[in-house]
Amino acid sequence: MRTTKSPLLYVGLVAVVLLSIGPLYFMLVMASRTTDEIVSLPPPLSLGGNLFGNLDRVFENPDVLFGQALVNSLLVATVATVCVVVSSSLAGFAFAKLKFKGRNALLLFVIGTMMVPVQLGLIPLYMLMTKLGLSGGLPSVTLPFVVAGFGVFMMRQFAEQAIPDEMIEAARVDGASTFRIFFSIVFPALRPAAAVLGLLTFMERWNDFLWPYLTLDADHPTVQVALSRLSSGYYSDQSLIMAGTFIGTLPLVVVFIVFGRQIIGGIMEGGLKA
Amino acid sequence: MRIRDRFIKTEARVAPYAFVSPFFIVFAIFGLFPLLYTLWVSLHDWSLLAGDQGYVGFANYRELMQDPDFWRALTNTIGIFVLATVPQLILATVLAQVLNGKLRGRTFWRMGVLLPNVTSVAAVGIIFGLIFARDYGIVNWALGHVGVEPIDWQGHRWSSWLAISVMVDWRWTGYNALILLASLQAVPKELYEAARIDGASAWRQFWSITVPMLRPTIIFVSIVATIGGVQLFTEPLLFGSGVNAIAGGSTGQFQTVAMYLVQQAFTGQRFGYASTVAWVLFLLIAIFAVINVALLRRIKSVD
Repeated sequence: MRTTKSPLLYVGLVAVVLLSIGPLYFMLVMASRTTDEIVSLPPPLSLGGNLFGNLDRVFENPDVLFGQALVNSLLVATVATVCVVVSSSLAGFAFAKLKFKGRNALLLFVIGTMMVPVQLGLIPLYMLMTKLGLSGGLPSVTLPFVVAGFGVFMMRQFAEQAIPDEMIEAARVDGASTFRIFFSIVFPALRPAAAVLGLLTFMERWNDFLWPYLTLDADHPTVQVALSRLSSGYYSDQSLIMAGTFIGTLPLVVVFIVFGRQIIGGIMEGGLKA
Repeated sequence: MRIRDRFIKTEARVAPYAFVSPFFIVFAIFGLFPLLYTLWVSLHDWSLLAGDQGYVGFANYRELMQDPDFWRALTNTIGIFVLATVPQLILATVLAQVLNGKLRGRTFWRMGVLLPNVTSVAAVGIIFGLIFARDYGIVNWALGHVGVEPIDWQGHRWSSWLAISVMVDWRWTGYNALILLASLQAVPKELYEAARIDGASAWRQFWSITVPMLRPTIIFVSIVATIGGVQLFTEPLLFGSGVNAIAGGSTGQFQTVAMYLVQQAFTGQRFGYASTVAWVLFLLIAIFAVINVALLRRIKSVD
């Protein structure tokens, strides 16, 4: 499109990327320093030698349960991801390829759910979880998120293009049931979209804060809740806080570096907030 | 054989509903029911521990209208929202335009701008809390070099709003740029060709082609930003840290409506009153979304 490649463009882009990475680099620097170094002026700008010492202290802290929090987050995010991918594939396929009464109205409803934040129902959700005896534990932060309107919509968009109608017709003529068609033809064809949806869902659940912060008890933290406890003012140990933040952020940065291309593709195609 | 045929027919009719039912059943229980029940709770005097203390009609709503703490939280929320969203959308649009050019290392730049979005909100709040620290924060240190006295970022209203807006923008600008980029790529290249032949400058092309073509996406992105902005919670909570972080600073200078909701529900134990705040929040989102669309409709379309 452009005939002249302006070096200024690259200078600008480098600046933007530096601004993106800067705070994360800063976090790593702080995580590798002692608190005395952090609160000195000028602030340290290069890595120190205390990263592993600080990490040890994070994991040994009995009030935060950081090791358990990592396991909990992994568990909650994985269960939610599997459920969202399966439920969204089922519904997405039905909306894209099956004819049934009320289809359009129901699809409109699904799209509507994306506009309504769960947060607005926080208080009844809290009451409901207490009634069900789930408050405080991991099911309370998993169950509300085993389905996602965004996922249904995304899988529908993908299924419409990826699965030829003739294929379904042919399978039907051969006497295959809808379930059979789904498991042997549709689900394999949806795999690329399922992978992207899975990645986006996993990241979203790993990073979730508000609801886990409200409902989880002291014995069942997720990573984000543990982080907020680290910095809750009972500790003013900045290097400890930053080491915790670093280890809580690292898994997703690794996932992002490995699957970045797919994640970007998913966001640009979905065009919607996960 | 006939039985089998009939089975297949019935199955084909029932299956679609079976396929969509997991979504609708779970959403009904954990999404729709709480949302509607909030309205019911808001009409009651309802305490966290004692439960329902009776129907009070619109008493909670009347009290809310005269509650200075609520109005302050509302002002904070709108202030931070405007301060964060306007530069964010402008930057994202410009960035999308830049990323749409022929670039070496396309994926690298895209990943670079999206990286902040992968970082959890909690981490962002904590990291920027340190970056904006009064005595040893890197921002004040840098400002010191150009002769600015250290700013107590948490201490004042304007400065805390600014710091929180920076956090929001850091996390979301690149994400929005990518969404805008996706719709930019659907713009026919011939439009730019024609404009260049007519001698239009890059700036002119940006205003007369890019912005109008992006309008639907800009509307979409800004509505999503509105929903996020009105619910702002984690960044200010962790920016404040401390034992009473939910208060949003010593005089509530950066307490948002969502924080006020949680404070009323769990610290104040007033579920009914907090539910009222939730419904007002919902109305706000709707009003803001309408204002957004109305404003952005004024951007001209390409004929």
